[in-house]
Amino acid sequence: MKRWNISWLNVVTHIGALIPLLVLIWDYANDNLTVNWIQAVEQRTGFIALNLLVLSLASTPVQTLTGYRPVHYIRRPLGVWAFVYAALHFIVFSVIDYGWDWSLLREAIFEKPYALVGFAALVILTPLALTSWKWWKKKLGKRWKRLHQMVYLAGILVIVHYAWVVKGTIITLQGNVLLPVLYGAIVALLLIMRLPPVKRNITRWRTSLQGRIHARRRMAS
Amino acid sequence: MSVRKLKSEPVKSSEITPEHVYLNRRQFLKAMGITSSAALLAACGVDGGPSSTELPTEVAAEAPVEPAVIPVDELGEAANTFEEITNYNNYYEFTVVKQQVADLAKDFPIEPWTIEVGGLVGKPRTFGMDEILRMFPLEDRVYRLRCVEAWSMVIPWLGFPLSALLKEVEPLADARFVGFQTKNDPDNMPGMFSMYPWPYYEGLRMDEAMHDLSILSVGLYGKMLLPQNGAPIRLVVPWKYGFKSIKSIVKIDLLADEPKTFWSAIAPDEYGFYANVNPEVDHPRWSQATERRIGETARRKTLMFNGYAEEVVGLYKDLDLTIYY
Repeated sequence: MKRWNISWLNVVTHIGALIPLLVLIWDYANDNLTVNWIQAVEQRTGFIALNLLVLSLASTPVQTLTGYRPVHYIRRPLGVWAFVYAALHFIVFSVIDYGWDWSLLREAIFEKPYALVGFAALVILTPLALTSWKWWKKKLGKRWKRLHQMVYLAGILVIVHYAWVVKGTIITLQGNVLLPVLYGAIVALLLIMRLPPVKRNITRWRTSLQGRIHARRRMAS
Repeated sequence: MSVRKLKSEPVKSSEITPEHVYLNRRQFLKAMGITSSAALLAACGVDGGPSSTELPTEVAAEAPVEPAVIPVDELGEAANTFEEITNYNNYYEFTVVKQQVADLAKDFPIEPWTIEVGGLVGKPRTFGMDEILRMFPLEDRVYRLRCVEAWSMVIPWLGFPLSALLKEVEPLADARFVGFQTKNDPDNMPGMFSMYPWPYYEGLRMDEAMHDLSILSVGLYGKMLLPQNGAPIRLVVPWKYGFKSIKSIVKIDLLADEPKTFWSAIAPDEYGFYANVNPEVDHPRWSQATERRIGETARRKTLMFNGYAEEVVGLYKDLDLTIYY
């Protein structure tokens, strides 16, 4: 029964992660991507990657909060899918947008902070995606966990990348900053929930709440 | 950075404008009820009824028709299509989503419309749109438009030099700047709830405003401007980033001091007062060296002053463009 639960959640995750790609292809085929379609594809793939990465980062805190263990098993597929969209995002940017013109790319990526932090996040996600298989997990042992904790840094870099691409300033909260601020707050919350003392308190609060509910049910029946 | 040679005189695009665009233009003028014959017919009440009443709706409702000959600018660059120009717009008063502006702006009320011109002038005056169309002969100007977001278009505007309007109000000697304000109409502009220092405000130095390339536009492709392009009247300053070319103007002030403009108020280190197109001075977060012309896949190198260097470089000979960006 439990096994079935996990694979069911896995299938939903894979299908859910594939749908935005199918929608993107559909929109491309039907000319729904504005007259500046390259930029539209860049923005779309980037936004999907961001969402999948945030969901992946959310699985452990959701488990802490609810005690529902199966969500733990989808953080890996969510992370790998986030990497797939991030890689697509980078390929469209470098190959289609910049025509693989190395001098232009060098300027865009290494001399401009916003592309640089996005690129750094992709560089971090690449080894994580490549070592996400069970075989690697066994082979790397303790180092695997430490390596995969780099995803927290990737999450922060992606938020900075997103905040820097919009027009406006975060500091004065003026301009187009609502979504980057919202996503930044979510990622900050998810990271705070991983801090051991915070996590302990949440777990304690949850178990005591569940205990009370149980007790009340028992009394009622 | 090579700058293409231009004719020193601003190009008379009448040489290159296809004839039927002119025909459209005449229809446009007629639609506004301002050709002399239409005025005469209306005044006499002789046989003027049908033509003068049916034309305005006809023009407004007319489906966009691509001309047989595509207008080109003085560099030989073909204009973008009417479809492209009217469906990919930055107009944050409506929405920040460029492809949705056209729909959200389609019922924006532009009649009646007046422009109040005041400040340091000898003869302050409020112009009605009909007056403006009667007073200033319209010209075709095919200009490149370079957005600060690194995309560009070529647009066949219909308009008249800003200097012509300014001369009417007789600027005083101490007027050194010109400020422009977009209509402040939150009831009809659904994007104005967002966190911006509304209303949109822009400015030019007096000599920039008096430059022959600076125009007030009332149409494109020989038709009246649609709301998403800044109807009924907007500024076009082709050597500056697009955000300087303020839309739907209701107020023009002549000022002694440099006004605080919309984007420079939000992020002064990123959007300067001058905002001249300059491939060598980057936006702090992204490069301005290249751009994508809408309709093309490969990027192009951005031209100094958007290709108008020869005409405007004299305005900035005493200015360090890395400081006054």
